[in-house]
This record gives sequence, structure tokens and C-alpha cells, in this order.
Amino acid sequence: MPHASDAGLRSSVVDVISFTDEHEMFRTTVREVVQKEIDPHADAWEAAGVFPAHELFATLGQLGLLGLEYDPRWGGAGADHIYTMILGEEIGRSASLGIAMAIAVQTDMATPALHDFGSDELRERYLRPAIAGQHVTAIAVSEPDAGSDVAGLRTRAVRDGDEWVINGAKMWITNGTQADWLCLLCRTSDEGGYQGMSQIIVPTDTVGFSVSRKLDKLGMRASDTAELAFDGVRVPVTNTIGEVGRGFQQQMAQFQNERMIAAYQMVGAVEFALERTIGYVNERRAFGAPLVANQSIQYELADIAAELDVLRHHNWAAVAAYQQGDDITRHATVAKLRAARLARRMADTAVQFHGGMGYVEETWTARFYRDSRLWSIGGGADEVMLRTIAKMNGIGTD
Amino acid sequence: MSVAHTGGACAVCYRAVARDRIPSMNVVVCVKQIPDPADPGSLDPQTKTLKRDGKLILDESDSYGVEMALQLVDTAGGGEVTLVSMAPNNEVSGLRTALAMGAAKAVLVSDDALAGTDALGTAKVLAKAIERAGDADLILAATESSDGYTGTVPEQIAELLNLPSVTFAKEIAIDGSTAKIQRQTEAGYDDVESPLPALVSVTAGVVEPRYPSFKGIMAAKSKPVDEVTLGDLGIDAGSVGWAGGGQEIVEVTAAEEREAGTIVEDDGEGFNKIVDYLAELKVI
Repeated sequence: MPHASDAGLRSSVVDVISFTDEHEMFRTTVREVVQKEIDPHADAWEAAGVFPAHELFATLGQLGLLGLEYDPRWGGAGADHIYTMILGEEIGRSASLGIAMAIAVQTDMATPALHDFGSDELRERYLRPAIAGQHVTAIAVSEPDAGSDVAGLRTRAVRDGDEWVINGAKMWITNGTQADWLCLLCRTSDEGGYQGMSQIIVPTDTVGFSVSRKLDKLGMRASDTAELAFDGVRVPVTNTIGEVGRGFQQQMAQFQNERMIAAYQMVGAVEFALERTIGYVNERRAFGAPLVANQSIQYELADIAAELDVLRHHNWAAVAAYQQGDDITRHATVAKLRAARLARRMADTAVQFHGGMGYVEETWTARFYRDSRLWSIGGGADEVMLRTIAKMNGIGTD
Repeated sequence: MSVAHTGGACAVCYRAVARDRIPSMNVVVCVKQIPDPADPGSLDPQTKTLKRDGKLILDESDSYGVEMALQLVDTAGGGEVTLVSMAPNNEVSGLRTALAMGAAKAVLVSDDALAGTDALGTAKVLAKAIERAGDADLILAATESSDGYTGTVPEQIAELLNLPSVTFAKEIAIDGSTAKIQRQTEAGYDDVESPLPALVSVTAGVVEPRYPSFKGIMAAKSKPVDEVTLGDLGIDAGSVGWAGGGQEIVEVTAAEEREAGTIVEDDGEGFNKIVDYLAELKVI
């Protein structure tokens, strides 16, 4: 089934990545799941400020959507990275980018490090149920005083025999009120800076753990976001993912997955917003003609379409690099930056071209405007992406 | 019947063979692969038929029969679902979707001589394909397809196979060698019983077709699709297609545009206007 407006582009990258009939069938499955399992409930979940993660994830898990690239040994599908891109693009077309984000936390933000670096025992106990959708997961990195500046985090785990004793707080935690376990990044030594951090699995039913508050956000309102408190939380040292002290490095790798899934989502989100806006300006008449008769509207939408082509191509290049085992830090950083900014532009344009209808809750544009704004902040703010690119290009004094 | 069976259908005549119970269910589902309704289709100006030379997808109408068949096999605890289809250019995309849902195998009839085949010709071909598919306890079809349709093919297949036929099924339960069917009517439904094997057409929307899972999609790649020609089925090419068709499409005209609806302004008594309007339509 031809879905995407990208058909004309594909032939030019056929040597880079190859789309199969199975990829297309998978796209159809995800699109139908979004349309039937998410979209009809988006308004209610938005109003509630939370969605039934365990229920939805169980459905997604049964379909094999939550562990696409993971080893079948742990219940994963052993798929190639194109499937992850397709998943991202299609959940990006959902009526709630908050739900798309929550799913992406499960698939590409809280679990990659566990899959790549965790012990078999940890993977059996925590990864398998996450892939099956029986466990809801969260990634706990940001803190009240350390968001994108990961080096500034202060939550600390101190070893006591075979246990870590964890004290501190985490902020902006997606799925935070519903998570069964957290992939926590915290300090495990006094080295400071980027040294001496570890990733630790923390089950949320552990004594001393609590949800301090659920945050009332501008957008992504269907997805619960929380501040979490750790007050003498004890977990086994064996809950450490990978090596003690290598948490920062492992988290940096995990961040690349996070940034790419965000960029994949924005392709779907912008594509769908563009389709709907084009539909509206063709239908809506003003001054005796459809809005689209105005060249200024044509050019703005055409320019966004062109930017979308560029982003899509860049994502494909990232997929190819990822599949070849290359370091995709630059790809992911550039993709995340451009994707977020394009989504903001699309949202602003959609609201503007819908006029008064664009500013009311009954039109999709209002939620899209709020939701899309997050991606220039979450997963590393635009400024952090720019800082990384500046460093890579030798721009500045660092 | 001349062929001895302990159960199942007679492969020669497709009449029911008496048995006490069906330990497993083999269900054949007739599926049509159609141009994607999301893309504007077009008619061939010469033949006045829908162009089908591009990629085809599983007709949504048939997804309900596939789902019902999979559920019946699950309930029986054994057996398999086989698809039969007729499509140009050995197109299998739609079949792969149904295989990804869980069907075990397919028979695909593809032959250039089939272009222009009418409803009865289609029924002849599908009947032979069903025979080729093997021992079937039940054959399901949609009540009608979504692209070009007459709504008569299932009953014609039943006649050709000398099988009982039940239409508009909303629910099917198997009890021994009997199918208990809720047959949808305008007022509700009738309870109908039919000996097996039988051909039953399934109303759209009566079950929720499952999504093809990732595993299902991957498994579908290697499921067998028996691609056959008219010759393989022993069908004379002159009896189907344009040559064998008993119909001619004389003219095609666009459907009338729908009229604009009536807008009732609510001045506090709007409900009265709606009641009057419905009474005028003799709905109430």
C-alpha cells in the first residue's frame, strides 16, 4: 500500500537503504494500530492528563512493536533499523504526540542500554516484560537542577554491601507515574563531571521511592510526566546496567536512539500536519477563492514540504549509518535539531492558515501546536544540539 | 457418495460427509485483491473495467472472513485457513496481508485470459481453486467485494460445488458437523443451521480483524502460495474472460452527486423539526 509522499524519493536512496514489502506491510499495521487504538481515545487521555499505559503497551507488545531490534532471546523481533524508523514515523502521525513520546520512551529511551549492556539476569527480569508490554518503563536522567546538562546531576547511589542506597530526585520523567521500573542514571562515586555515573534499574515498588508530583505541562498532556523522589531506595548492585562508572557513556549511546526516534516521529508528524493543512487551504474559501489560491500560502507549504524531504533523506542516511555500525552522533544531533524546528514551524503554520479554527481545541492544530513544542526542549534542547554541532565543527572556544 | 471418508468434505463432490465431530477445522476463505481505495482508481476506457495493473491490497471486506476463519480454527483447536484468490500479474500483496494475519497458505489463480471475467466466470475459477486447496470443512467469502461487485459470486460458487449456501452471516459456531449461523436481517438476525461443508458469506464489520503482527509479517514471507493458471485448473480459457463472459459493459456513467443535507437550526425547539423530518421520511 503506498502511504508516503516519499515515493518519488525512494529510488534515489535505493543503494543506501532498501524498503521491502514487509516494511510496507509493517507500516500499514502500525498506522492501523494508531488509528484504532490511540486516536479514538486521544481526547479523553488528553483531558485526563494520563493514558492507560499498561493496557496500550500490552497491545503493542503482542504485535511485536516494543522490541523491534532487540534480540529474540529476550522476546525481541530481531528486526532491522528501518522498522524502528517506520514505527517512529507512524506513531508520529497519531492524534497525540504525547502518546507517541510515551511509546518511544519504552522502545528507544529506557530500554536500549539494558538490551546492549545489561546482564542476562537483568534482561530476563526487566527487558523481556518491557518488550511484551507487561512492564511500563521510564528513563530517569534529568533532575531539578540538571536537565540537558547531564554532568550536573546529583542523585547518588552509595554502596552498602550488595546493595545500592539511592538518594535524590529526578525531574521531567515521562511515564513517571505509571512506570514499573526506571533506568536511572546517578552518581556512584565522587569523581564529578561526566565520571563516576552508573545506570541502575530501579523497580518503582521499592521502599523509599515515590512520585513527588505529576507535572502540569503546556503540551504532551496525554502523557504523564513526573518528579520522582529517592529516599534511601535500596536495590541490588546487580541491578547495575553494564559497568559501574560507565553510566554516562552508556547513556550517551542511549541518547542517540532517543534523538533518532524523535526525528523519525517528526517526519510522520509534519507529514500528516502538512497533508491536513493542504486539505484545509484547498477547502476553505476567502475573498471568493480557496485559501490555497494565495501564492504566499502555496510557497510556505511548499517550503515546508521541501524541508520535510531533506529531513526524511537525512533520516535515511542516519538509518544507513546505524545499520553499518557507524557512530551516528552527528546524524542524530542534526536530525533532532532540524526535526524539532521543522515541527515547530509546521505547527505555527498550521495554526496560522487555519485562522480562528486553528486556535480552538476542536481543531487538531491546537494540540499539535502545544505538543510539537516539546521536541526543541526534551531529549536535549536545541541549544544542546547546537553546542554539540559547534564542538564537532570546531566552532567556539571549548 | 462414492468416496469413503471418516470426516470432512468429499473432495469429489463437496457434499457433506457424516461425522460426529470435527476435531479440527479447515477453512477456505475467498479473498479479493483490489486497487487501494485510498488512491483514486480509474477505468480502462476500452473495457470500461477498473484498472488493476498496479499493486493490489487485501479487500477490507475479506478481512472479516479471514478473521472469522482464524477464530474458528482456534476454537476447534486445530486445522488451518487457506486462501483462494484470482488476480492479474500473479499479484500476492493482498494475500500476504491475510497470510500475515495467520492464514497458512494460499492458492492464487492468475492468467491473462482471465481479463474481463464476469461474476459467473469468477465463481467457476474460484470453485476449482477451492477444490485444489484441499479438504475444506467450511468456505467463507465476503458478501460482496469493495471495488467492482455483483454480490453473487459466493452463491454461484456454492452451486458449482453443490454445497449449501448461507448468506450474510454475522456469527458462526461449529457444532459437530453442523454450522450454526446467525444470519443478519434488516430486523435483527435469523438462526440458521447448515450441514458442513458449506459456503457462508460473511457480513462486513461483524468481527474485528486482527492486525498483522511483526512476527506474522515475517512468517508470511515463507508461507506457500500455489500460483496456478487456468490450464492447471483444467478450465477452458474460452469459458472465462471476455471470451466466455455472458455480459457486456455498454456504458459507464458517474454516480449522481449526493445532495446537500438539511441543516436544522436549533431555536430551542429543534428537536420538533427533527421529529417532523424523520416522520416525513417515514423513518418513525
